[in-house]
Amino acid sequence: MSERLLEVTDLEVYYGVINALKGISFHVDKGEIVSLIGANGAGKTTTLHTITGLIRPKNGSIIYKGVDIRRTPAHKIVSMGMVHVPEGRRIFQNLTVYENLMMGAYSQKDKNKISENMEYVFKQFPRLEERRRQLAGTLSGGEQQMLAMGRALLADPELIVLDEPSMGLSPLLVSEIFDIVKTFREAGKTVLLVEQNAKKAMSISDRVYVLETGSITTEGKAAELIHDERIKKAYLGE
Amino acid sequence: MDFLTALINGLSSGGTYAIIALGYTMVYGIAKMLNFAHGDIIMIGGCVMYSVLSAKGNPLLAILAAVVFCVVLGVTIEKLAYKPLRGAASLAVLITAISMSYLLQSVAQIYLKSGTPALSALRLEGSVNIGSFRIDYSTILTLAVTIVVMVALSLFVKYSKTGRAMVAVSEDRDAALLMGINTNFIITITFAIGSALAAIAGYLMLCKAPILTNTLGSMPGIKAFAAAVIGGIGSIPGAMLGGILLGVVESISYSIPVLAPFTEAVEFSILIIILLVRPSGILGKMRREKV
Repeated sequence: MSERLLEVTDLEVYYGVINALKGISFHVDKGEIVSLIGANGAGKTTTLHTITGLIRPKNGSIIYKGVDIRRTPAHKIVSMGMVHVPEGRRIFQNLTVYENLMMGAYSQKDKNKISENMEYVFKQFPRLEERRRQLAGTLSGGEQQMLAMGRALLADPELIVLDEPSMGLSPLLVSEIFDIVKTFREAGKTVLLVEQNAKKAMSISDRVYVLETGSITTEGKAAELIHDERIKKAYLGE
Repeated sequence: MDFLTALINGLSSGGTYAIIALGYTMVYGIAKMLNFAHGDIIMIGGCVMYSVLSAKGNPLLAILAAVVFCVVLGVTIEKLAYKPLRGAASLAVLITAISMSYLLQSVAQIYLKSGTPALSALRLEGSVNIGSFRIDYSTILTLAVTIVVMVALSLFVKYSKTGRAMVAVSEDRDAALLMGINTNFIITITFAIGSALAAIAGYLMLCKAPILTNTLGSMPGIKAFAAAVIGGIGSIPGAMLGGILLGVVESISYSIPVLAPFTEAVEFSILIIILLVRPSGILGKMRREKV
């Protein structure tokens, strides 16, 4: 039996009177890559924001490593080992690449761990090492995505929450980014992924949840759902 | 010589504006609000200096007490009045800040009664004379304090972990939160630094003209706000540049007899010109977006 890392139960979120999440439940086990797929406005980003503490749910529980974190401040969730790479990368444009990475290590006290992770990030993303002194705002979109992911790795996460990592990138870069996500699992990390590019997401995931207008409508193993006629039609464009 | 004297005096009063403007600009950059009560913190610092001087008579102790009191006051105001409004419409926050300004002035008026006490113990008299050229000690002190504050603050922001976090919060508060930065703590620190600087600026003003009124901070506060906007609100070097620029323009305009009566009009014209020509201020950043 695999170890449960994140368990979300009956999560309900409102924006004023708008019911954005209508009681969704899902879980992520240690070592998995789990994808949430769905159309624009289905509630994917809302789900991630609620898990990492940027939005407070109205009802439901979020158990991370056995602790209910639905009232835990976002900055404390980071030091518990859950790190969120937000949609649109949100890197600090006026800081250098190196300073951005160090921001990721903000809650890390262990200096050795920081330099170890820095080495790992530079090995994964040699481009970032070449450009370490450059202002992050001068990087290309793909490099900025790499920086956002590298910055998250410096927090030494157990669970990496990725929101639309492929957004706005060329097909070649998209493949590169997904290859990197796969290496996260090889490095012993767990990944919760939100993607518009359902095909790509399913190709690297263990399990998939399909979100439609605030509810989970389908869930299952990626290898099985990829052959599901309805999923194919609605999300894979076949 | 007159021009040189005006220039040096301008650099000095500009330094005071810059120190106040730093408080405005840091709070704007990090908490994304205009703290119009900032100028009144200066005046409250003056009241604290007055009360300590009346009781103990030690100017150094008075200044120290004012700094500590202003830090506590600034942080308390943020916690009680501004923090509950985080996420509220910016107009609501603005009105609250203006109300806070009047509240502080009214409290000070109750404390001062109708008196305008002279804090002569704070007065720094004397001057350096080189031939016919004269610089007051208070001018030299102001310049020295300005330089120390600017260098210390720049180093703090550039090299300390908290300073870097301040830059991150000012750029993107949610992203900073996702880095594990306690943004509320960073905002508290910002108010603390801004208020300490306000107290220091209050002393620099009183060492030149030691008359305390409950509106002591109003005009310097507004000018420093103008300076922060001229330099580019949210930018620390911008506040420094804007403050110095405004002080020099003020002093030079004041030294020209024809312009002297219109000094303030000249100063605020600079603000209008900057807003027309470069709305984000001299060093203000235009937003860049990249896909």
